[in-house]
Amino acid sequence: MEKQEGRSADELRLDDPWYDALATGPADAARAAPAVPAQSGGTGRTSAEVYAEVQRSPAFQEVRSRYRRFVVPASLVFLLWYLAYVVAATTAPGLMGAEVAGGLNVAMVAGLAQFLTTFVLTWAYARHARLHRDRAALELRWDTQEMTRAADR
Amino acid sequence: MSGDHQALALVLFSAFVAVTLGITTWVGRHRRGSAEEFYAGGRLFSPMENGFAIAGDYMSAASFLGISGLIALYGYDGMLYSVGFLVAWLVVLFLVAELVRNCGRFTLADVVASRLAARRVRIASGVSSITVSVLYLVAQMVGAGSLVALLLGGTGEAARSWTVVGVGALMVVYVSLGGMRATTWIQIVKAVLLMAGATVLTALVLSRFGGDLGRLLHTAADRSGHGASFLAPGLRYGGGWTDRLDFISLGLALVLGTAGLPHILSRFYTVPTARAARRSVIWSIGLIGSFYLMTIVLGFGAAAVLGTEQVRASNAAGNTAVPLLALDLGGGAGSTGGTVLFAVVAAIAFATILAVVAGITLASSASVAHDLYASLGRRRARATAGDGREPRRRWGEVAVARAAAVGIGAVAIGLGLLAQNLNVAFLVGLAFAVAASSNLPVLLYSLFWRDFTTRGALWSVYGGLVPAVVLVVLSPVVSGSGKSLFPGVDFSLFPLENPGLVSIPLGFLAGWLGTVTSSEVPDEARHAETEVRALTGAGAA
Repeated sequence: MEKQEGRSADELRLDDPWYDALATGPADAARAAPAVPAQSGGTGRTSAEVYAEVQRSPAFQEVRSRYRRFVVPASLVFLLWYLAYVVAATTAPGLMGAEVAGGLNVAMVAGLAQFLTTFVLTWAYARHARLHRDRAALELRWDTQEMTRAADR
Repeated sequence: MSGDHQALALVLFSAFVAVTLGITTWVGRHRRGSAEEFYAGGRLFSPMENGFAIAGDYMSAASFLGISGLIALYGYDGMLYSVGFLVAWLVVLFLVAELVRNCGRFTLADVVASRLAARRVRIASGVSSITVSVLYLVAQMVGAGSLVALLLGGTGEAARSWTVVGVGALMVVYVSLGGMRATTWIQIVKAVLLMAGATVLTALVLSRFGGDLGRLLHTAADRSGHGASFLAPGLRYGGGWTDRLDFISLGLALVLGTAGLPHILSRFYTVPTARAARRSVIWSIGLIGSFYLMTIVLGFGAAAVLGTEQVRASNAAGNTAVPLLALDLGGGAGSTGGTVLFAVVAAIAFATILAVVAGITLASSASVAHDLYASLGRRRARATAGDGREPRRRWGEVAVARAAAVGIGAVAIGLGLLAQNLNVAFLVGLAFAVAASSNLPVLLYSLFWRDFTTRGALWSVYGGLVPAVVLVVLSPVVSGSGKSLFPGVDFSLFPLENPGLVSIPLGFLAGWLGTVTSSEVPDEARHAETEVRALTGAGAA
């Protein structure tokens, strides 16, 4: 899986570790140790218990808190920033019409800044997910699926 | 508009229809007829393909022609729309796309039903999804009729009616024969055409002003007749307090509604993984963002090149601003360049409408078959204790979905014909408001709230849907003013045209209230399963 890093962009699909893992299957994915320790040897559990166990595992808690630590503040920021923009545009046209520089007024700058922050947050989210979540989530996925398969047997 | 434009535009229309029908039959040849194939197109589209398709689903003719027209007429206030339409995608990217891909199979209701008492919740979500889709669809159909009439000059009643019927028939063919695979390719073709057309026009506008955006804006302000205030908010929504609140309400509905649009949600199932869903959204944010930036240039360009008065004289809502701009940029009326550009813009607008209605029809037929029909069928199957019903019902479900596409097409044509002389511009805002008030709360609560219960889900769906619809019925768009649906009577008690400001908080509140008052013990195990699946993709379809 590691050899995928740094491939060219035209191999988008192959570059996707999820896709790669899906294609080759968990058996080929060389991993050190399962992220969720198998407590009872994988038998005698229902799949509901498996999910509960994975949910309690530190690896999962880490993925979840990384996700929330990014998404909650970022969502609050862009929602408040957008609301402030719309409220200012509708209730304070005087302020929004004030000139900043070179014939640009506050409203134009704020509007273009909305576009800019959207692009920047998109980039930041994608980077955060790629660096801090994807690999751990994928390992959890295989562990969970193996355990539920064992439970279903 | 002279005969040359019409002839060339008709040729281009026909070419697009021929290409899309070709795609549909080509896809149909390979079809296997499974639900996976019909609703999700086989789930193997690449993020880039799906990103273009999402952009294609989202960028309607209303945003191509309507927003540019609003900017040409009202300057900055038109721009407020494009900001809302784009920022909305952050909600989709952060909170919805990946989790929905992991938890659901084909529809929004899949996600909610995966952790709650399935049948009632599924029916509720199905009903609200279909409501959103039908509102959106009727707006598009009526828009198609008036747009084609406007662009081709044939403003007669018959031409508009036949356009509505023709668009409806084509979308039924695309969807019922080609399913998600054909619909996706049609969206991709349309998105490429739309982006290419907008890019060419933007480049022409910029070169007309020597690449100087400042000069473009100044000329626009001068020729608008409003001066510097054209570049600041207030020309359209700066009136009374109801106007202002109305815009805030619409802004809220746009930003929160996108993440609840069924035809957008169903697009995430066409890619193999949550990561691919994320990358599709990133592609579409890039495309949609650049598209709306270009509509801003085109809108101010139309004001600068044509003057606001000429735009308003051609169409009071500004819908012809971009075609007229194309005519002028190509060399003016009578020139070959003008004729070609005008015809190209008209054909792109038409392609846009066809693709958008196909996407919505597919999503609503999925809701009818997968949510409503399958839940009712499941109860019947359980009652008769039918074992091994799974393969038989799967087949039946796709057949039902195809039939539902025909039924929805018929309903949309009927409503479109009935409403074609009414002012239905509010329907798009209403569709977003309903999506934000009933679909988004239930979706977010199911994904993130451990104690969410079945009653909470039902209350949040109906607690958003019912107020949104009732408030619109009681609003000035339906009665009480000259521009209403029923100008003769007055039962308008609610002052705003868009109900979002009230109905969105009500939807969230109802979901919370339903949950805390219900005696049902929240199912910890199913929440654990939903959460693990949402964040890791374990067991994803």
